[in-house]
Amino acid sequence: MEKILEVKDLKVSFKTHGGEVQAVRGVTFDLHKGETLAIVGESGSGKSVTTKTLMGLLPKPHGFVKEGSITFDNKDITKLKESELQKIRGKDISMIFQDPMTSLNPTMKVGTQIMEGLIKHQNMGKAEAREKAIELMNLVQIPNPEARMKQYPHQFSGGMRQRVVIAIALACNPRVLIADEPTTALDVTIQAQILELMKDIQKKVDTSIIFITHDLGVVANVADRVAVMYAGKIVEIGTVDEVFYNPKHPYTWGLLGSMPTLESDEEELFAIPGTPPDLIAPPKGDAFAARNKFALEIDFVEQPPMFKVSDTHYAATWLLHEDAPKVEPPESVKKRIESMDHSEEATR
Amino acid sequence: MSQEKLLEIKNLKQHFKLGRNNVVKAVDGLTFDIYKGETFGLVGESGCGKSTTGRSIIRLYNSTDGEVLFKGENVQGKKNKSELKKFNRQMQMIFQDPYSSLNPRMTVMDIIAEGIDIHGLAKNAEERKAKVYELLETVGLNKEHANRYPHEFSGGQRQRLGIARALAVDPEFIIADEPISALDVSIQAQVVNLMKQLQKEKGLTYLFIAHDLSMVKYISDRIGVMYFGKLVELADAEELYKNPVHPYTRSLLSAIPLPDPIYERNRKRIVYDPSQHDTSEEPEFREISPRHWVLCTSKEFEEYKKEKQNTVTN
Ligand SMILES: Nc1ncnc2c1ncn2[C@@H]1O[C@H](COP(=O)(O)OP(=O)(O)OP(=O)(O)O)[C@@H](O)[C@H]1O
Ligand SMILES: Nc1ncnc2c1ncn2[C@@H]1O[C@H](COP(=O)(O)OP(=O)(O)OP(=O)(O)O)[C@@H](O)[C@H]1O
Ligand SMILES: [Mg+2]
Ligand SMILES: [Mg+2]
Repeated sequence: MEKILEVKDLKVSFKTHGGEVQAVRGVTFDLHKGETLAIVGESGSGKSVTTKTLMGLLPKPHGFVKEGSITFDNKDITKLKESELQKIRGKDISMIFQDPMTSLNPTMKVGTQIMEGLIKHQNMGKAEAREKAIELMNLVQIPNPEARMKQYPHQFSGGMRQRVVIAIALACNPRVLIADEPTTALDVTIQAQILELMKDIQKKVDTSIIFITHDLGVVANVADRVAVMYAGKIVEIGTVDEVFYNPKHPYTWGLLGSMPTLESDEEELFAIPGTPPDLIAPPKGDAFAARNKFALEIDFVEQPPMFKVSDTHYAATWLLHEDAPKVEPPESVKKRIESMDHSEEATR
Repeated sequence: MSQEKLLEIKNLKQHFKLGRNNVVKAVDGLTFDIYKGETFGLVGESGCGKSTTGRSIIRLYNSTDGEVLFKGENVQGKKNKSELKKFNRQMQMIFQDPYSSLNPRMTVMDIIAEGIDIHGLAKNAEERKAKVYELLETVGLNKEHANRYPHEFSGGQRQRLGIARALAVDPEFIIADEPISALDVSIQAQVVNLMKQLQKEKGLTYLFIAHDLSMVKYISDRIGVMYFGKLVELADAEELYKNPVHPYTRSLLSAIPLPDPIYERNRKRIVYDPSQHDTSEEPEFREISPRHWVLCTSKEFEEYKKEKQNTVTN
């Protein structure tokens, strides 16, 4: 498969007065042409920081790339000048930010904001951009677009703002689309429509998508591959079927086990015990060890490398070492996987 | 759960102007009660008026029409300063957009302690600090975070700051507007468990606005489904999921994504077509079985009741 983006051993830190926050601590992955790679993982694990770095959008000077490279079009993005980045941003690579209000200008009419990118990157005239903007608002299901163009962001609902941001990102048919929790503020019906829309556009222009979300149902729906992050690292990566039906990392087990099912009526939801590590002084061994009931002694001493499960599936846990004791996923996770029995597909 | 009404919402309307001769009826005649100690889940399409409902209840807007009674008292009525202060402490809101609701120039310590200061809930600086540390821990952050600023946090961490801030003043009623949508599932589970535990310990009442239906079902006692400013269905959580009646509710339930790739590849959604209703008759909110309400015409009412009896006898 053709690689469009190559991230190698990326390390990103922030200087704060408490010390250096090591937000991303060695992330490696490829993005293939036309695929959707989902990134899931704990809040604060470095998903947004990783993808902001891909866009050259770290807050300077206190956010910086410590090590590693990001190769796009034979160029290392981490080494580009701001003027070069600006040419890529919003044209070749475009991003839907997690917090829609931060990417919308509160003092500028919504319509003008959508038109801006079209005029800048697509060389459209004003009238053409206006028409296209209305079309885009229609695409993301905003009713009454002509009147809505003249409103300000605060007059939109949370999900409508998010849809505006999606419209802006899709405006110039980017080669890489980074979507950071794009459908988080949307109800499931509109979410489903937006996901279908993204897939359509992907098919048309062969866009590669990095999709950050914590909704594992959405991941199952959109992703070809999944990367699971914990404390600044990818701890498991594989095809969506591998990660959902044959998860190997205890953190992935914890994630899959925390989702309530519609049938469940337990008193308390399973939550991974403990809190994530402090990234100013990350632990020496496996960052997840302290919360992992399957942790081995070596987990507290040495970081596990990526072990190969298949050509496409890797996980960073000592449990995969040939000398490690054989451990099964927790009952709840096994039950959940078994319950996804597709042998009688037609009856479901 | 008691049958004591904490909140009574009567024919609440909130209309906004859109351009010169256009009106958005964001909330258009809502009537429901919230009982003391319960969690009332409010779900519905993006833009259907959920946040506006929350904001009107907590008086961020002057409503166009209707009444909101909190413990029998009209919240929109004129109040003097001390009454207002008391009211503000009893009712708190966790906002949907965590970033714009946190002052970027204040440290986390001061953001969370703001309410503690206003209402004089800490005797001295030590106690104030201890309270903030405890709240941070409660929401899964740690005390090192207290001296940082909001922009130094991830999306989910910011959302938890909003929760800690709301909890700081020991409110009785919390409007939680998508409090967990920005969190990963494990922390969602932590926050939901936490909200449930606080409810048990302190008898808190919640209006829980969300679109993640599996979480809403899990946390709510009763659920209201909103569509274009109106409630279309209201029932106990179990009942709503087992026997959804309104076609919009059905389409909503059919769209829930499941963490099962093969199922997702083959999923079929039910699409709601609002034009399927007979528009010659104004629909009304009617009780089709005890505690189960649906917005329907008289003809639909008869059909729904019949359907309902069939599912019960089968
Ligand atoms: N500007 C900043 N200054 C200091 N620390 C930061 C800054 N931005 C992010 N961080 C820290 O970097 C870590 C990773 O943050 P990031 O936003 O990537 O998390 P995330 O995985 O996207 O989480 P979420 O799911 O909650 O959005 C967090 O611990 C966060 O506190
Ligand atoms: N301050 C305002 N001025 C004008 N219109 C507004 C204002 N606030 C909300 N609206 C409009 O009211 C309608 C309902 O918005 P609301 O924010 O209540 O939706 P919501 O159900 O919370 O949606 P979401 O799930 O997307 O957050 C929308 O059409 C919105 O544009
Ligand atoms: Mg993030
Ligand atoms: Mg809202």
